[in-house]
Amino acid sequence: MRINPRHTQKGAVIILGGATILVLLILAFIIIFILEKGLPVVNLQFLSSKPRDLGRAGGIFPTIIGTIILPVVALLIATPLGVFTSVYLSEYTKETTLTKVIRFGTDCLAGIPSIIFGLFGYIFFVITLQMGWSILAGSLTLAVMVLPTIIRTSEEAIRAVPKVYREVSFSLGASGWQTVKKVILPNALPGIVTGVMLSIGRSIGETAAVIFTAGSSLRIPTTAFDSVRTMAVHFYILAREGISQENAYGTAATLIIAVLIINLTAYWLMNRFIARRG
Amino acid sequence: MSTKFNIHNFNFYFNGSPVLKDLNLDVTSNEILGVIGPAGSGKTTFLRSLNRMNELEAGIRTEGEILMDGQNIYDPEVDVAGLRKRVGMVFAMPVPLPMSIYENVVYGPRLSGISSKSRLDELVEKSLKEAFIWDEVRDRLKLSGLRLSGGQQQRLCLARVLAMKPEVILLDEPCSGLDPISTAKIEDALTVLKKEYTIILVTNNTKQAARVADKTAFFLMGEMIEVGLTRQIFTAPAKKETHDYITGRFG
Repeated sequence: MRINPRHTQKGAVIILGGATILVLLILAFIIIFILEKGLPVVNLQFLSSKPRDLGRAGGIFPTIIGTIILPVVALLIATPLGVFTSVYLSEYTKETTLTKVIRFGTDCLAGIPSIIFGLFGYIFFVITLQMGWSILAGSLTLAVMVLPTIIRTSEEAIRAVPKVYREVSFSLGASGWQTVKKVILPNALPGIVTGVMLSIGRSIGETAAVIFTAGSSLRIPTTAFDSVRTMAVHFYILAREGISQENAYGTAATLIIAVLIINLTAYWLMNRFIARRG
Repeated sequence: MSTKFNIHNFNFYFNGSPVLKDLNLDVTSNEILGVIGPAGSGKTTFLRSLNRMNELEAGIRTEGEILMDGQNIYDPEVDVAGLRKRVGMVFAMPVPLPMSIYENVVYGPRLSGISSKSRLDELVEKSLKEAFIWDEVRDRLKLSGLRLSGGQQQRLCLARVLAMKPEVILLDEPCSGLDPISTAKIEDALTVLKKEYTIILVTNNTKQAARVADKTAFFLMGEMIEVGLTRQIFTAPAKKETHDYITGRFG
């Protein structure tokens, strides 16, 4: 028996809309749950003072420093490397088996669990290169971890720039590099920024790879070879070791708000850039 | 009248199959050469051979030579970017780059290292005037080129080419997507511009060639069947194929 398309249409709307609402509800529930438990702890004192008694009391100031500095250094390393690689792969090479192998390789790397990168960073950066548990080792490990994401998202963004723009630029006497600089990168920027944002989010939330490579010192770092603790690691240790549930949720709430602020700022900056270009 | 291009036994292959066969043609300076012929006859490939835009594709091969002012543009020594500055191109679909009208026009000059504001301003005004679009956009040069109408966009693309101060302008069916009024404006611009530039106009509209071209070449299946004064091609063509095409028997 054939079902009336009007009914199937209704069914589709209910299923698709229902899925969307369910996803939003789950997300909202998680965020509200954490903010509700964490926000009462968060105040200026909590944000600006050092932890005492392993984090049972006091604030989370050193972990905020760690959370800022590790992803920033990691992205400062990974973004140019990743973007240059993607430009080279998409603009300077013809599509061959080799580029397909490279692409497949980066896809595989993107899917490797972060703890494997942590182990690699521990063996290579911490031990072999004798960096010790440090900002440098942690950042380099995070950079390696997010590189595949940045390469793939940048490459997609670059490929999405219309081919005719390249033709026009070349026809006006531009070199390949001038075309990349003046036409391709500005137009691919929104996509590239999305990849970088995803990577910042992953770096900020990363725990396993960071414990292995940056350690978990609660002191405020003074050099690149000092160990740091990030908010994510702090949260993990507080909760895992049963040190303080309240402060763990306070840290988590701060982390969520920080990620929100970073995302909003990035999209605001990007929209301003796009608006200015007209 | 001097000759801009001498084309000798030029062959063009794409993935091994010939697209242009044994082309011999001279293009006179400061004239408009109309190129007509059915789809797939090699008109566009011919045009894109003159500024080596064909090389952006993989799997192409050329034989023979194209001399521009006596120098073979396929010589390995030739600077391709420099050649494209001398031989500008307007594409079939208007493609303003996603930036302001002003920035579109100065794109080429900036590449050549011109950065003085007054010099660029001057070039923008002159080029937009030459392309018959200055009066329509003079008050909104900061507007995105994408916000113009199709006909305005195509004249902007022409202005962008003129700002490079090329010697030759190649036009690949520049009016195929335009209304009759916009088309007339482009044609008016071309008849003025030929005093300073050598123009090659590929068109699917034979009447357009009859209106503006000094000479007309007829292409069919990768071969140039015939070239001559436009009046002669349209009134007394030497070849039967030309006659059939012009009178609409095929194509």
